[in-house]
Amino acid sequence: MFLNELWAALVSVWEALPGLWNLTIGGVWETLYITFASTAFAYILGIPLGIMLVVFRKDHLIPSPRTRSLLDVIVNILRSVPFLILMIAAIPLTRLVVGTSIGTTATIVPLVVASFPFVARTVESSLLEVDPGVIEAAQAMGANRFQIVCKVILREAVPGLVNGAALATTAILGYTAMAGAIGGGGLGAIAINYGYYRFRTDVLWFAIVELVLLVQGIQFVGTRVSRLLDHRQR
Amino acid sequence: MEQGIVAREQIPVLIDIQGVRKVYPTQVGEVVALDGIDLRIRQGDIYGIIGMSGAGKSTLIRCINRLDAPTEGRILIDDRDILLMKRRELLKMRRSVAMIFQQFNLLMQRTVLGNICFPLEISGMPRAKALVRAHELLEIVSLQDKAKAYPAQLSGGQKQRVAIARALATEPRVLLCDEATSALDPLTTQSILALLQDINRRMGITIVIITHEMPVIRQICTRVAIIDDGRIAEKGDVSKVFAHPKTAAARRLFLGAQEEIPTGKRCVRIAFTDTDTYEPVVANMILACGVPVNILSGSIQRVAGQQRGQMLIELPDDPKGAQRALDYLATQNVTVEEVSGDVPE
Repeated sequence: MFLNELWAALVSVWEALPGLWNLTIGGVWETLYITFASTAFAYILGIPLGIMLVVFRKDHLIPSPRTRSLLDVIVNILRSVPFLILMIAAIPLTRLVVGTSIGTTATIVPLVVASFPFVARTVESSLLEVDPGVIEAAQAMGANRFQIVCKVILREAVPGLVNGAALATTAILGYTAMAGAIGGGGLGAIAINYGYYRFRTDVLWFAIVELVLLVQGIQFVGTRVSRLLDHRQR
Repeated sequence: MEQGIVAREQIPVLIDIQGVRKVYPTQVGEVVALDGIDLRIRQGDIYGIIGMSGAGKSTLIRCINRLDAPTEGRILIDDRDILLMKRRELLKMRRSVAMIFQQFNLLMQRTVLGNICFPLEISGMPRAKALVRAHELLEIVSLQDKAKAYPAQLSGGQKQRVAIARALATEPRVLLCDEATSALDPLTTQSILALLQDINRRMGITIVIITHEMPVIRQICTRVAIIDDGRIAEKGDVSKVFAHPKTAAARRLFLGAQEEIPTGKRCVRIAFTDTDTYEPVVANMILACGVPVNILSGSIQRVAGQQRGQMLIELPDDPKGAQRALDYLATQNVTVEEVSGDVPE
């Protein structure tokens, strides 16, 4: 009896899958587009900022503790504003950059604003892991500061940077869902519009499963690539 | 030995350290790490700088390539004051003053070959040329088969060999060794020291070694400076300083801290070299003078290719017997120095 009911339920889920897939596939692509574009721009801002947070330390390459503490405060302020509020506050900036404040591309601007300070912190912590002795050795060889940053600090930190990138990408993926709630695109928008406003629980759950798989996939690739590039062991 | 000293004056001074002081400001006041250091390191020297940890030797070697800047004084390399150099000049100077470290400090994400190419890369040498040079250097340090390995796959001794090859890449005139063997086992230390000596002889590279390990000085150094509490306590030819340590700091290092001279007793220190090591000096003295003596400590070490012995003996309480023993020793071919129990430590 019970098995029959279970079987029937499974069949109906199975039959519903193509419909759900067609409904959400556009959202999956939008989410990936928003996530990766935002991550890329966040890194364009975050890497230089992360480098500055490291090399301006008082015992580091270019000691300027005052500039560093200023940057530190700015990063902390940006990080302490909740994303939802930041997104609304960023609307004028979004209009300026993209021309509109709604839609897929418009979501990228607040996401970048919200995530680059976080990216800068992950970059900072990866760069700090580089052995100061190696930096000193490069200095003793007559390397200039630019060479030390590019060829020693960034190069030696690659495994940590890749791990951090996976972390940042999945965090930004999470933010895209929130952006979807207030006029952004992607899976978040679909989950809210169908699952919440139209009581389509099946769509909601399907979108959640897709998000989980995306996060798993990104994390898996990140960990693998990081391990592949790490020559400190083996 | 004597003719070596005459010749020494004619060898050009490569590194001239004049009155170097280094003061670190701290919250509890100033800490003087170096207090008026004068050293002349000549071309081809293997100059050992030895001292207890915290004596300031690490700061001193970092001043030689200006990784650390002295508060006062002058450091001339090839008659040019490195403390007055502009940034570009300084970076260029550092290519001719290479350095190796206790913890090797290799780039962990580059292969052995990549590490050796690194200094050439930053000096702007074309890649193909750099690779040729790197392979030559691998041969010098006998690691041809490890070219593609990463530092994590190497033993400590192999890592230090890579570091040496990397240091030699830019054809430096000076090699600074900052406790380069302190992280290695005794056997590996031997092979690294042999390699350094070979490099010194074959390429004429001047080597400055800082260490807290006596055997390192004994095995390869030609000159030694003993640094104690930020000052040079004693300096000179290794064999001379070993035979007649003048200062408490030197004795502490050479004879070990365990040596204690009993207070109120008359003691003598006898130093001898291989020519007389084979004569049973003390036994003969006891037989000849008929006085009992107490041997407090003794050691024989190989210094600069010569056997050097030290012995500390306590003279009998009877002044006449003691005098007889001293008179006897004076006739022997050994250096005798009377020390009393209240020797300043």
